[in-house]
Amino acid sequence: MDSFHVKILVYLKDGVLDTQGKAVAKSLIDSGYSDLVNVRVGKYIQLWVNAASREDALSEAEKMCDDLLVNQLIEQYEIEIES
Amino acid sequence: MKTTVVIFPGSNCDRDVIHAVQEITGEPVEPVWHKEDTLPSDTDLVILPGGFSYGDYLRCGAMASTSPIMKAVRDHASSGKLLLGICNGFQVLTESRLLPGSLLSNKTLTFICKRCYIRVERKDTPFTSLYNEGQVLQFPIAHHEGLYFLPPGELGELEDNGQVVFRYCSPDGKVSSDFNPNGALNNIAGVTNREGNILGLMPHPERASEGILGGTDGALMWRSVKKWLERGGA
Repeated sequence: MDSFHVKILVYLKDGVLDTQGKAVAKSLIDSGYSDLVNVRVGKYIQLWVNAASREDALSEAEKMCDDLLVNQLIEQYEIEIES
Repeated sequence: MKTTVVIFPGSNCDRDVIHAVQEITGEPVEPVWHKEDTLPSDTDLVILPGGFSYGDYLRCGAMASTSPIMKAVRDHASSGKLLLGICNGFQVLTESRLLPGSLLSNKTLTFICKRCYIRVERKDTPFTSLYNEGQVLQFPIAHHEGLYFLPPGELGELEDNGQVVFRYCSPDGKVSSDFNPNGALNNIAGVTNREGNILGLMPHPERASEGILGGTDGALMWRSVKKWLERGGA
């Protein structure tokens, strides 16, 4: 078994209203960043897993995304793995 | 009529709903801790109460959807028995994919706690049989993530199937964006599954079940369920 560091970026799909992003954008614009056009906020999740291979670590992480980490009705994700 | 109320860590409307259902129906209501893997026997109605299960970590209702009790809740519902999710309970049901959609942060970017008007869209469900279609109810809401969302195609399907049970409206029943507290698509406040035995809603009927709390419109929900069960589920 090897140890893998899994980095998952979770963000709202295009077209899904991001009220948190809107609030952050408003605060930034109010602070003087007048050229700011839009903000969308996502999540960064890190996992450390033991697996026989990089492929196994990836498929395990994808299962965790499907089961709990990501709501695929509104969110999408990208996975990066480092050994 | 036997009711079970599931308590998750962070639930905070469990006592209110236990009290309201007991008081209005005179029937037994039992709490069950989420770590249990079975429901009390002969449970007719399971209620997932409001609150902040797991502190709303990850996404509202997401962690609770993986609690041990949820397998029993799923089996209960798939056998055709009744399941009701209120506020956070509704979020748990969408996260469990037992109901369509997802609840996003309110368009106001704030937590909203106030009385709202909702219109009854369907009376042919076990939860609404004693209401009239088009009847306007006053229920309180208290949430930060109550904006009902579905991608456009699926939203059309939900509407075509008549799965919307409650919509936010004006005091005289007009549905418009002026009377939509949280930005929910199509003013949706509550939806059912296609079979009609699972209902989720953001407003709190248990907080509108006794006059001392300022309104009794919610009491008919508990009486509707009782009557529906007494008629043998018809």
